[in-house]
Amino acid sequence: MLKLTRIASILVINACFASLSAFAAGGGAAMESANIDPDNINSLQRGAANFMNYCSGCHSAQYVRFATIGKDLDLSDEMLVENLMFNAEKTFETIQTSMPANDAARWYGKAPPDLSLMARAKGADHVYNFLKGFYVDTDSPSGVDNLQLPGTSMPHVLWELQGYQAARFTDHNNDDGSVTTTFEGFEQLTVGKMDSEDYDEFVRDTVNFLAYIAEPVRSERRKLGVWVLMFLAFFLILSRMLKKQIWKDVK
Amino acid sequence: MARIEAEVGKPQGGLMKWIDDRFPFTATMKYHVTEYYASKNFNFWYVFGVLAFVVLFIQLFTGIFLTMNYKPAAADAFASVEYIMRDVEWGWLLRYMHSTGASFFFIVVYLHMFRAMLYGSYKKPRELIWIIGMLIFLVLMAEAFAGYLLPWGQMSYWGAQVIISLFGAIPWVGDALVEIIRGDYSISDITLNRFFALHVIALPLALIGLIFVHIVALHEVGSNNPDGIEIKKNKGADGVPLDGIAFHPYHTSKDLVAIIVFLMIFSSVVFFAPDMGGYFLEHANFEPANLTATPEHIAPVWYFTPFYAILRAVPDKLWGFILFGLSVLLPLFLPWLDRSRVKSIRYRGWIYKSALSIFVVTFFSLGMLGMMPAEPIYVLAARVFSVIYFAFFLLMPYYTTIDKTKPVPERVVYHA
Repeated sequence: MLKLTRIASILVINACFASLSAFAAGGGAAMESANIDPDNINSLQRGAANFMNYCSGCHSAQYVRFATIGKDLDLSDEMLVENLMFNAEKTFETIQTSMPANDAARWYGKAPPDLSLMARAKGADHVYNFLKGFYVDTDSPSGVDNLQLPGTSMPHVLWELQGYQAARFTDHNNDDGSVTTTFEGFEQLTVGKMDSEDYDEFVRDTVNFLAYIAEPVRSERRKLGVWVLMFLAFFLILSRMLKKQIWKDVK
Repeated sequence: MARIEAEVGKPQGGLMKWIDDRFPFTATMKYHVTEYYASKNFNFWYVFGVLAFVVLFIQLFTGIFLTMNYKPAAADAFASVEYIMRDVEWGWLLRYMHSTGASFFFIVVYLHMFRAMLYGSYKKPRELIWIIGMLIFLVLMAEAFAGYLLPWGQMSYWGAQVIISLFGAIPWVGDALVEIIRGDYSISDITLNRFFALHVIALPLALIGLIFVHIVALHEVGSNNPDGIEIKKNKGADGVPLDGIAFHPYHTSKDLVAIIVFLMIFSSVVFFAPDMGGYFLEHANFEPANLTATPEHIAPVWYFTPFYAILRAVPDKLWGFILFGLSVLLPLFLPWLDRSRVKSIRYRGWIYKSALSIFVVTFFSLGMLGMMPAEPIYVLAARVFSVIYFAFFLLMPYYTTIDKTKPVPERVVYHA
């Protein structure tokens, strides 16, 4: 019986998810490509600053050490301390948030998730579109909803930069009586500090940094991989010659 | 000098003799390596046994070091994997090699099994080699399943939840069995702990034991070949099969080339695409296990999906489980289902060739369908392919009997 209820609840939860994603799909918002460049150190450095200034107040990145960021992004310890480490003393510390998780869960309904692996779990494009997808929704407790993640409990933290936008939807009555809602586009309501191009760049740098912290070893493994393949290719030639030599007398 | 030593009873023949008097080292080496004769016309399909050995070695080696840093506890497991990925020296390489190795284990084992189907390697006198091989495959599935829970990600948790709950479909004992497997009323710290024990001790021991027996049985009867001819029937004056060449140095030098090519492919994945677009490392598994949030779409890792598709294709839970089990176990009976007079596909008729081709398409299609969400069109397709899957095995005694075979030559086909 317990099992049945569990399966039933799984089915219900799945149905909710399905309808949500159906809404997002029906919303017609094709995902924009985040178009990040993981080898662009400047972009990653800007992203690190963006993250520490705008995200780390609420979100931790508990697996990410400042020292690792410094090493990978060419930042000295002094630069780390001055520009990134607002609530940390030593560079070996990880990125923690000062907001208590229990309070956060009470305030927002859900504690802000850790962002160490977010870009890898959801994809960089998802995060990019999420950060660009906030629109005014007076029914929502935070005053905004999100096109990429409808029903999100996250407020529009970057409103100061982007300004507020409205989303235009049109309802289409189908023959079978159901209604299809189509997303038509955003409309700028208030002006932010950045124009839309600068905001896109800001979000792109931030997402680039999130993708980096999700797998800090990415560029190291790719560099090493080339050497490994070159070594094996050389070894392959030798082994081919050895095989030919040994098989000479096999008729 | 030597004579004087012999006179006073000192051993002759050096260290080797000293060992051989106490342990059959030279005899074993001869029997299994330097004087183990296998056909000279082995082709591409004959490298996957050795490659399975290579992957086994990679898994054991990286596994030992991962175990030194991993913490098998629900509260710590996910964080300890990230610790390995970020803070342990070369930890990321160990982890990627191990996760990539899991998928490659199945790739080479599936190809190894397909080789046996191509050349009738399961037929008399190699039935036991095949049966032991199937047992290895079953243990490997259990090993991979247990290992997949250990990172304690969302897909680890919910994938295990779905698969373990399948056993609940068994009448009367189902629920009790599920509790015994989990050790709890749901998947928990206890489940993780026992899966860890199974993954690092019990199942690898079984795997190594079975592989040892697999090799012993193989060396007793000798390897098959692409022509399906018993090379021991044509022996030279020295007792060596005329078409056979020694495993070492001939086959070993050839295998070395194959191993390096394999390592190049393996390294390409490890270094340039360790998650393989979500097929080797599923995206949802980068989120820690969350008991209160079911992922949108739960799919097992790709190597289980052909059988998973069959499970989902059946509307009834119990029958789904039975057919799922049957689909895994049916190949075990191949030595008796296949009634053909010849072993190799080279000398079989068009019926078996078509049947095997359709089977390959079916297996791939089921694999793809098992990854898709269970939408009606996919379920319907899975049903069609499930029927074909079972038909391939169950109708085999019939169609291999009526299939017209070609005459098999006396000696293997080989052009230097």
